[in-house]
Amino acid sequence: MRSTTLHLALLFGLIPLVGSAQQVDFARDVQPILLRSCSGCHGSGQQSGQLRLDTKESVFHGGASKGVVKPGDAENSPLYRRIAGMGSQPRMPMDGELPAEEIALLKRWIEQGAPWPDALSDAAEAPIPHWAFFPPVRPALPAVKNKSWVRNPIDRFVLAKLESEGLQPSPETDAVTLLRRASLDVVGLPPTVEEVDAFRRKDYSKQIDRLLASPHYGERWGRTWLDAARYADSDGFEKDKPREVWFYRDWVVNALNRDMGYDQFIVDQIAGDLLPNATQDQRVATGFLRNSMINEEGGIDPEQFRMEAMFDRVDAIGKAILGLTIQCAQCHNHKFDPIKQSEYYQILAFLNNSNESNVNVFTPRQQRQRERALAKIEIAEDQLMAANPDWPQRIATWEQQSQADVANWEVIRPTVRDISTGGQKYSPLEDGSLLGQGYAPTKHRVEMTWETEQRDITAMRLELLLHPDLPRGGPGRSIYGTGALSEFEVEIAPASDPTKREKVKIVEATADFNAPEQELQAPYIDKSGNRRVTGPIEFAVDGEKDTAWEIDAGPGRRNQPRKAVFRFEQPIGFEGGSVITIYLSQQHGGWNSDDNQNNNLGRMRLSATSDASAHADPLPAEVRDILAVAAPERSQQQQRKVFAYWRTTVPEWQAANDQIDPLWSQHPEGTTQLVLNEMQHPRETHILERGDFLMPGEEVEPGVPAFLNPLPEGPRDRLTFARWLTDKKSPTTARVIVNRIWQAYFGQGIVDTPEDLGTRANAPVYGDLLDWLAVELMEHDWSLKHVNRLILESATYQQSSKSTPELISRDPYNTLLARGPRFRVDAEIVRDIALQASGLLNPTLGGPPVHPPAPDFLFQPPVSYGPKVWDTSTDENRYRRAIYTFRYRSLPYPMLDAFDAPKGDASCIRRSRSNTPLQALTTLNEPMYMEAARALAFRTLEAGGGDTHQQISYAFRRCVARTPSKSELDQLTTFLNHQEQRFEAREINPWEMLGTNPGFQNHLPAGASPEKAAAWTALSRVLLNLDETITKE
Amino acid sequence: METRSTNIARRWFLQKCGVGLGSVALGNLLAAEGFAKTDPLAVKPPHFAPKAKNVIFLFMAGGPSHLELFDYKPQLEKFDGTLPPKELLEGYRAAFINPNSTLLGPKAKFNKYGNAGAEISDFLPYTSEIVDDIAIVKSMQTDSFNHAPAQILMNTGTPQFGRPSFGAWTTYGLGSESQDLPAFVVFSSGSKGPSGGNSNWGAGFLPTVYQGVQFRSGGDPVLYLSNPPGVDEKLQRESLDVLSSLNRMRLDETGDPEINTRINSFEMAFRMQSSAPELMDISKESPETLEMYGAVPGAASFANNCLLARRLVQRGVRFVQLFHEAWDQHGNLVRELGKNCANTDQAAAALIKDLKRTGLLDETLVVWGGEFGRTPMVQGLDTTDGRDHHPNAFTMWMAGGGIKPGMTLGRTDDLGFNVVEDGVHVHDLHATLLHLLGFDHTKLTYRFQGRDFRLTDVHGKVVDKLLA
Repeated sequence: MRSTTLHLALLFGLIPLVGSAQQVDFARDVQPILLRSCSGCHGSGQQSGQLRLDTKESVFHGGASKGVVKPGDAENSPLYRRIAGMGSQPRMPMDGELPAEEIALLKRWIEQGAPWPDALSDAAEAPIPHWAFFPPVRPALPAVKNKSWVRNPIDRFVLAKLESEGLQPSPETDAVTLLRRASLDVVGLPPTVEEVDAFRRKDYSKQIDRLLASPHYGERWGRTWLDAARYADSDGFEKDKPREVWFYRDWVVNALNRDMGYDQFIVDQIAGDLLPNATQDQRVATGFLRNSMINEEGGIDPEQFRMEAMFDRVDAIGKAILGLTIQCAQCHNHKFDPIKQSEYYQILAFLNNSNESNVNVFTPRQQRQRERALAKIEIAEDQLMAANPDWPQRIATWEQQSQADVANWEVIRPTVRDISTGGQKYSPLEDGSLLGQGYAPTKHRVEMTWETEQRDITAMRLELLLHPDLPRGGPGRSIYGTGALSEFEVEIAPASDPTKREKVKIVEATADFNAPEQELQAPYIDKSGNRRVTGPIEFAVDGEKDTAWEIDAGPGRRNQPRKAVFRFEQPIGFEGGSVITIYLSQQHGGWNSDDNQNNNLGRMRLSATSDASAHADPLPAEVRDILAVAAPERSQQQQRKVFAYWRTTVPEWQAANDQIDPLWSQHPEGTTQLVLNEMQHPRETHILERGDFLMPGEEVEPGVPAFLNPLPEGPRDRLTFARWLTDKKSPTTARVIVNRIWQAYFGQGIVDTPEDLGTRANAPVYGDLLDWLAVELMEHDWSLKHVNRLILESATYQQSSKSTPELISRDPYNTLLARGPRFRVDAEIVRDIALQASGLLNPTLGGPPVHPPAPDFLFQPPVSYGPKVWDTSTDENRYRRAIYTFRYRSLPYPMLDAFDAPKGDASCIRRSRSNTPLQALTTLNEPMYMEAARALAFRTLEAGGGDTHQQISYAFRRCVARTPSKSELDQLTTFLNHQEQRFEAREINPWEMLGTNPGFQNHLPAGASPEKAAAWTALSRVLLNLDETITKE
Repeated sequence: METRSTNIARRWFLQKCGVGLGSVALGNLLAAEGFAKTDPLAVKPPHFAPKAKNVIFLFMAGGPSHLELFDYKPQLEKFDGTLPPKELLEGYRAAFINPNSTLLGPKAKFNKYGNAGAEISDFLPYTSEIVDDIAIVKSMQTDSFNHAPAQILMNTGTPQFGRPSFGAWTTYGLGSESQDLPAFVVFSSGSKGPSGGNSNWGAGFLPTVYQGVQFRSGGDPVLYLSNPPGVDEKLQRESLDVLSSLNRMRLDETGDPEINTRINSFEMAFRMQSSAPELMDISKESPETLEMYGAVPGAASFANNCLLARRLVQRGVRFVQLFHEAWDQHGNLVRELGKNCANTDQAAAALIKDLKRTGLLDETLVVWGGEFGRTPMVQGLDTTDGRDHHPNAFTMWMAGGGIKPGMTLGRTDDLGFNVVEDGVHVHDLHATLLHLLGFDHTKLTYRFQGRDFRLTDVHGKVVDKLLA
């Protein structure tokens, strides 16, 4: 089936797009039309008029006319006559005529003799005859005449084509242009003047080594992957709250810098959490799939938007990894590629079994800090044990006593009054607990009712439980995974008259965690001016709305289950049944519900008892669980945990405990990261009719489309799916990534629709080169740097980018590659060039996103939905590379938006490259550009050399690397002198232009007057705005 | 349609810009090569003769209550406080309220206005004056009942993010008539920004030149429009002169026509620096006009934005969209509606009158409406004065540009819950509006990921009854 002969036949059939004598290719051009538009009625299923258009035999000999194609004679071929609407018979296809270009194509094919390769005689039997559906095989290098031009195999493919087209490659570009081109391509920064001065043409390959080894390589190429990964620092949708995902961003940068094999790069991102002994890094990598948007507007159905996120993930995998439009099969079978709707949901089934987790992560430094803190605690406990050798006996005694505390609790399943939740969803779980989801109001009082026959209810228990979907695992919904209970209230009414509610008096509240009173801090400030505090459980029953029970034990200890018990003055319960209403008042969040300021409970479960002396089990749930294991069967670690708790209960160890406790404050806070986290019980996945989550159809098992490579051995889980994606037999995975690398270098991919290599893609001129590169990647351990190096070293890449009218006329889009690439760089690089040229760039790698200046009003209504935080960086973070700029999906950073950076709403693997007045306004007038202009001016006056020409040349070279021509120098000198005169004449006040850059003490360069410094700033501004400055030549 | 990335945005308003085109030889070559045709914003003819050239979309974000503004339901009053019929709620999904919510009678008084006796509530005294010029559609339907997805659906034809907006499709289809202003301008007023954020006016997968440009009613109308401190107009001009000259030399050196586009972009930016403030300066409007709108020079208001919309259309801007996010009355229905109507009613009506007076209404399509309606059932914990989101039925109105004036289309049931006559889905609205702009909505397509996408996806039918 997947024979090499057939495959090569297809490859050799590839025909140039450009050129006069366009030979129609049957497999590429004609058969898809016949299969798509005709074979529904004239195919294997139905043969209207006894005619099939999916077999060669029938087309040339079948039907009433004994063949519908007369080779060489379109006008008399029934096929053409019917589709062109000639003659009296109805026009075909019946359901709508073909586009004019397809009709013209079929006509040309017939006129060219209607060639139909025997290998494709029967479409029903043959695999879909599309080149990209067969794994790439290394093609032979074509013969070329001008062998001396060839530097590596890439050039053989390109030169062979150029020679067949009668074209010459362009001459090699000059050394300075080449170095700047390679620098922008590999590290996204222009070369420094010193690098340019030191560069010799013969050292080019050393420069490639240097650039590929630079940590900025990962930043530049990481950004292109982040487009595909739809990375942003906020949730999207209405609230668009900030989220912490920068660990993922840094993982991408680091992985690329280490040249992690692309196969591993993908496996980690799809299923890093499922790898044996998964590291924090591997879990962080799964943030790729978690970059979906999250809707937390009030009143949503969380399941609806969970499914939207699933669709987004399939879409991202399709675009970023497979290069296939699998998302087209979400609602129906794919119209053009052989992807069935059921297969779409089979792919989705691999992904559908994860929790939407947000976990604590630590930088290497924090990791060490954490280990140190934990080790200190362990040592202190060891000392305690050593000093008290009888501790095993004592703990055993304690253990026996503590068993007696357990009361008999019955879990209740109250009904939540929807209207009382402030928009938060309380989703019931199987164990009777409720999970807070969706919108998180910072203040609400949820009302629940429980109808019961039970009498003599003495107390109620509230358990706060962990859940993988809660921040840091819960048990609360705050950014720390904690929450605060402002008030616990109960009312009771007889079932016979539910309106006759009476308040139930609570006389005692106990909890397994009680914190001292403390005032609320950010992010919980509500601007009320009231003194709002949290503390022990009594605060939940004191009738004061400004006091609350605190469950946050600080870093390292905060994310554990908690419980509280509320004992009533009298046992409650009416004869004939009661309606009991429970209120959980949660008023201790901050002022802005559209930001991450909630302090809500996350997962809660209520129980009731008739035990007269009920109180909260003081033992933490984890310790209680361990005690259920017989002592000899406990692990050392488990016994250690028991000890760690028990020691706090020993009165005479107070002093030791008081020394250990503060050690926890050395535990780092850590950061969070959205990750995948496989569920214990997988979800069922169904085909969704028309893609609607409310219309589940047949259930499907995880699986992959039949026309692609088979699933490797292994359990049908996400990890096997990841291995399938990166199988060397995958027809598209390697092609897709080398095509995208090519796109970044040359402005367009070898296949110009990098997101779609399916049957609708234009056939590539250099399909054989694409395959060669794909094989090269796989055979070099999937090394992306290897592919980069091949491109950089090729003569094709090193051509001059100068165009001639002839070349533009012949090949406007440079598809044939008879010249080098010249185009405006990506948004981030536009900005980074200004920072580098001016010397402002802070090259620090990684870390939390930064907030360079942006107009305040953007972050306030009515531009923003809600008020957003944008604390403009005034320190060195102001001048970090643009990859680190904080990205709100709903409010893209204006400069990056103007230059076409994607918003992260959906996977983007091909940016627009526009050229607009808004861009001009940005580079002319944006404050950061003025800061860069000033910095460039000052630097030039300090270090640019002795005379004006040398100085202009210095500033010019910092922007575009090359030395200015005499004419350029003259014009710039005239401009400079003229402006200086204007400043001197006080036509403009130089000090207005010289306002200092925040965070930097700008002193005028030695010997420079303000007029001179201002004139140089004006000149530098011109240089930063040159087309050439933001263009790779 | 063209999909090549390199072809995107070859030029912005190249053809008539006031600067030289660089080397004459190249200019000729470009013309000969048809590059002018690929200017993404060149004026393009639609599929057939259009009724409307421009659109002003008054987007009432949040979901205005049809039951208090346009769709009078005496029966709802009668059944106030009772549960709605069970069968009505089968399969019904709401954002907040549960099936036990009772019906809430209309909180407004209605009267009949105009030649056809259109029913309008007392909340909208000014709208009642223009009923003979507008078509009221009481039978709007949508699919989503949460703000962000529903706004995105109303503006892009799908509740999922990432598709081009109606304004982007329009500018993609028709190009721009303006030489010194963007083709698609957006304003935002009210208490919040729209829930769908800037995706409401995004370009989706269309080239980014088609996305809406957000203007601000106060300060710089466009980001970075003003010269930075220390740069006067002369310095700006002289900077551009030397830039153009150096860029032209580079053009001669490299032969890359993109440089030409850059030169023109800078020149247009320069012109925009004077044309945009001139546009925004409404103080030259007559006192009568200002009064009619309730506009105050220098203020930031929906009223100012309405007047600016007229000024933009006068200057050839193709698509103006005003977002006013204020209409989400889960509670305080009466008070908030009163406030919102006071803020918008007069100006919206003035816009129609003004467009009519200046003769622009014939070729300008004005649309008023939000993303959904509100439930006939009450929402409110401690009050009986709120309504939840309701996708099944809501009201919009439109005017001008080939819309049949003075009519009311469609009917809802006695409770205003479901549409019972002449349902107009969002897709149908889009199909109709595109029709008025001269497009067959099934043929205004863009090839992306192997598929020909359109605003109406696989849906939409033109509502003939709305056509003049």
